[in-house]
Amino acid sequence: MKPVRHLHSRTIVLAHENIDTDRIIPARFLTTTTREGLGRHAFQDWRYRSDGSPDPGFVLNRPEAAGAAILVAGRNFGCGSSREHAPWALLDAGIRAVISSEIADIFRSNALKNGLLAITVAEAEHRFLLRHPGLELRIDVAAGEITLPDGGRFGFALDAFARHCLVEGIDQLGFLLRQEQAIQRHEEMHG
Amino acid sequence: MAGRTLLDKIWDAHAVAPETAATPAVLYVDLHLVHEVTSPQAFAELRARGLAVRRPARTLATMDHSTPTLPAGADGTPPFVTPEAAEQVRTLRANCREFGIELLDLDSAQRGIVHVIGPELGATRPGMTIVCGDSHTSTHGAFGALAFGIGTSEVGHVLATQCLLQRKPRAMAIEVRGRLRPGVDAKDLVLHIIGRIGVDGGTGCVIEYRGEAIRALSMEQRMTVCNMSIEAGARAGMIAPDEATYAWLRGRARAPQGEAWTRTLAHWKTLYSDRDARFDRVVEIDAAAVRPTLSYGTHPGMVVDIDSGVPQAGNALQQRALDYMGLRAGSRLAGTPVDVVFVGSCTNGRLSDLRAAAAVLRGRQVAKGVRMLVVPGSAAVKRDAEREGLDAVFRAAGAEWREPGCSMCIAMNGDRVAPGQLAVSTSNRNFEGRQGPGARTVLASPASAAAAAVAGRIADPRDYVVAEAVA
Ligand code: SF4
Repeated sequence: MKPVRHLHSRTIVLAHENIDTDRIIPARFLTTTTREGLGRHAFQDWRYRSDGSPDPGFVLNRPEAAGAAILVAGRNFGCGSSREHAPWALLDAGIRAVISSEIADIFRSNALKNGLLAITVAEAEHRFLLRHPGLELRIDVAAGEITLPDGGRFGFALDAFARHCLVEGIDQLGFLLRQEQAIQRHEEMHG
Repeated sequence: MAGRTLLDKIWDAHAVAPETAATPAVLYVDLHLVHEVTSPQAFAELRARGLAVRRPARTLATMDHSTPTLPAGADGTPPFVTPEAAEQVRTLRANCREFGIELLDLDSAQRGIVHVIGPELGATRPGMTIVCGDSHTSTHGAFGALAFGIGTSEVGHVLATQCLLQRKPRAMAIEVRGRLRPGVDAKDLVLHIIGRIGVDGGTGCVIEYRGEAIRALSMEQRMTVCNMSIEAGARAGMIAPDEATYAWLRGRARAPQGEAWTRTLAHWKTLYSDRDARFDRVVEIDAAAVRPTLSYGTHPGMVVDIDSGVPQAGNALQQRALDYMGLRAGSRLAGTPVDVVFVGSCTNGRLSDLRAAAAVLRGRQVAKGVRMLVVPGSAAVKRDAEREGLDAVFRAAGAEWREPGCSMCIAMNGDRVAPGQLAVSTSNRNFEGRQGPGARTVLASPASAAAAAVAGRIADPRDYVVAEAVA
């Protein structure tokens, strides 16, 4: 995995609470056998009207969303399914970070393994970010800090191991493969 | 030393390396279930790195999500909805062959929805760690296993190392006091629970369901409850094994037999939360207060009992959900016209669920203009149901009787609800578009679903089942 140390980008805001994985990538696009190409279906049923044309009212379709890589979302983002297609779709659509006050367990775990920064901030900061779409943020992964355009800073929560893996570009499968001796011992003891 | 929870006991027995502040635990996986949708990229990863599957014997694959529920055509080809769906199934077949994994293929008498067949085969057992690239793996916790869904990267981790990197979740207890009333189902109970604690009420937790009402549930009902733990945001749900668990497992194809059974049983009897075990959070539920419960909104926490009116929207998002569903606050769900009724899924696609639906439909007709689909959870459920003549009941009532699979629960295989249509469904998710773009979903028990089919409107199942009992 490529290290993820810093991110500097504008935010897009999707204030809805409980944005589920079916919303992020509907099940009908899961009949794929690769990780690529899911970006065009990210938020499909919000992004496109029933005739297939983009809905100009949806934030991701607005001109100001172009190039913005940080998604600020309402509480409990990514709830529902375990499909890793959700973070794949977001990454493929150019999103590099998701910030919320609460992120569903499996989504977060999936996101971080793919280098998508899924981070949580305190409620007050969350409310502030929701109210100010388009903010230029600097995210410093190692320091665990977000810097606002005016220089104001606040911290975010990220598991120590996930942070280490992101900053050093460590791949978790490689880490697990190095546990071979301990795994063998366990198998000998437990059959 | 304080007592240990069931979660503690299973966790400790599977920790290959303990968790530290800097690193998660390395957790050993006893059983890894694999299906066609979330595995292709994991196998590709193994291939790219030249890795083998570490313990093929602990891995079991089946196909359920994108598989058709209509029988194969004259040429023997199942009617896949798209070439991609067919390709996904072929890919799983090829991967299982290449990596030496047992596959319960489309022609297997043991195939079905992954969470239905694990218990059915006796592959799911108390004290195990069970994972699958599917969030409803929580179902298997009904047997006192620690069972949870993982992503595709983790599927690759387990294939290659039989282990996962995991932080230990917190332990939450849901104590269900008293007994459920007649005509109230396990599905009603779990919808009620999610309504109480919210769709993120269990985030970061494993829920252990306890109490008299839980003990009184059959194994199939316990699976329904544990299945929907993820809908409360929990990693897993579990219920300590007891006589009902042992009775269910005894004699099943993959359960231990003879002397091994006796030895294993002794171990299973140690699997409970100690009296002085401490939970991080305890929620109490009064079973007698639970009524037939249905969802009215666009997530499984937006539920209401059949006797009450739809709650007022507390904010713009809740109002949006009501608008999507075409429902008005204050009015009761009962009487809402229904277009589609779906009985099936890993939540309610087992034999007892089909029996409950058939009990309502027997001697009655699906209302004009309503389409009803009944999809058994597995090939075995289908056989058993047909042996009892349930298929004949469904067919006579005007419902479609299909081949096993996920079907309209996830609408990946062509079985879907049309835009704007309202479906009463025994599945587990009512997210916008879950059953097809623009589809509106009301989650309900099998009896409630069947009652809606007969009435053509959302109806109180007790009006049908009680009448049945009296007759
Ligand atoms: S029945 Fe539905 S919830 Fe269950 S495994 Fe299939 S798609 Fe998932």
